[in-house]
Amino acid sequence: MNESILIIGAGHAGVQLAETLREHGHAGAITLVDQGAQQPYQRPPLSKDFVASAQEPEVLPLRSEDFYAQQRIELLTGARATAVDRAARTVTLSDGQQRGYDRLVFATGARNRVLSCPGAEDPRVIGLRTLQDAEILRRQLDGAQRVVVAGAGFIGLEFAASARARGIDVTVLHSAPRVLNRSVSAQLSNWFTQAHRGDGIELRLGEGVQSIDVQEDLLVQSSAGESCRADLVVYGIGVLPNIELAEASGLECENGILVDAALRTSDERVYAVGDCANVGRDGTRVRLESVQNAADQARSLARTLCGEPTAYSEIAWFWSIQGRHRLQIAGLAEPTDSSVLLGDPGSEKFSIARLRDGQLVAVESINRPADHAAARKLLARGERITEAMLAGASLKDLANAAPVAA
Amino acid sequence: MPTITFEQPNGTATDVEVAEGGNIMRAAVTNGIAGIVGECGGQAMCATCHVYVNPEDAAGLPELSEDEDEMLDCTTAERTANSRLGCQVSLGGALQSIRVAVPSEQV
Repeated sequence: MNESILIIGAGHAGVQLAETLREHGHAGAITLVDQGAQQPYQRPPLSKDFVASAQEPEVLPLRSEDFYAQQRIELLTGARATAVDRAARTVTLSDGQQRGYDRLVFATGARNRVLSCPGAEDPRVIGLRTLQDAEILRRQLDGAQRVVVAGAGFIGLEFAASARARGIDVTVLHSAPRVLNRSVSAQLSNWFTQAHRGDGIELRLGEGVQSIDVQEDLLVQSSAGESCRADLVVYGIGVLPNIELAEASGLECENGILVDAALRTSDERVYAVGDCANVGRDGTRVRLESVQNAADQARSLARTLCGEPTAYSEIAWFWSIQGRHRLQIAGLAEPTDSSVLLGDPGSEKFSIARLRDGQLVAVESINRPADHAAARKLLARGERITEAMLAGASLKDLANAAPVAA
Repeated sequence: MPTITFEQPNGTATDVEVAEGGNIMRAAVTNGIAGIVGECGGQAMCATCHVYVNPEDAAGLPELSEDEDEMLDCTTAERTANSRLGCQVSLGGALQSIRVAVPSEQV
């Protein structure tokens, strides 16, 4: 395989793809283009350890510095792809140079939805996604006594818990009625609301940020007419997939770049992986924002590009660290799926099984990695696990038992 | 400086020096040791920095936490009595050198 492969975006997906292509013996040129100026780095710690400690944190690179040269992967940092010409099979970069390709992969990720209310342009109003964001936030956090967090999704709550653990007064405003409403069951959402309130975070639900009066400090006005003083406002109100370049090149996009189960766009030479990819499978479409999804899609696509057509089929899993609590989710649930409690929420170690048509589809675990480990095995094996089976045995016992055909 | 010796499935060994307090996963990732992934960034969430610790070095190891113990059931290669997650084993203090075997599969 001597084709040249150009990957736009050197995040978790892009770097993993380049690496796995070489592992599978791809001999042609591999070029990774990224608009960031630095070596590709790990994002998950940025909203957790990185801001949790007053000490200077170390950035964790995705791979060693000499990895790219050793693997003959051309890494172009500080280079933005500005145009794609699919007929000529070229990509134009921000410095004006043009690069040809045999196969093009969009691993462009997502960017923060920007808080757009009056006052949001103040430098003390900060979104958190990139290393630069995290470094700015760390500097501003030193000496801050009161922080308002806009949005109670994963990033907002991870940051809120980290800031609270540093003794900072934290108020979270969330316009939806439940925290983590896009991601977890109602039961788990309610449990997190109580847990964060118990740790001293003021959590206001159904109340968004209306405007910010920029004074010596910031006076945040909520949609419920309340006001709250802050040294700093941090927002985590969702992300938007980076589709503009793909869209401008005529590729079909809708909540991400549309790809088939093999991660291919309507152009057989062009693919998309990770946060920016909206994958069609079994008549549904799924776009996920997670490290596991990015890395596993990249591994799957590497096989396809090396001549072994592969439909992406990994079980999704997620994690979040919110203060003392470790959340792990295996599988994808829908709001309409039923919930079965496993264990005692009062013990702060429990799981919630989610079932659809009487069959296990996902497990949310709080401080119970054993349940998560077992759930991943069970879901990957595609076994039919029913509520009755969950009542009679632990997930670990079920995972260790002989498989039952679905 | 504390030293970690990584032994690959094919028998080749590489020594890596780490700062006091540095962990096995970070040392492997920043030094390009093959076979250690560390997908979650060192939070004992992904079980892709699985190593087998040389039994003779086991005495100086930090204790296995409940979280690490449970996540070790998620490893791709078989778990043994010597299995640890690299992100949970820091070098320093009494533990100045350690030899670990990298499993043949991590994901």
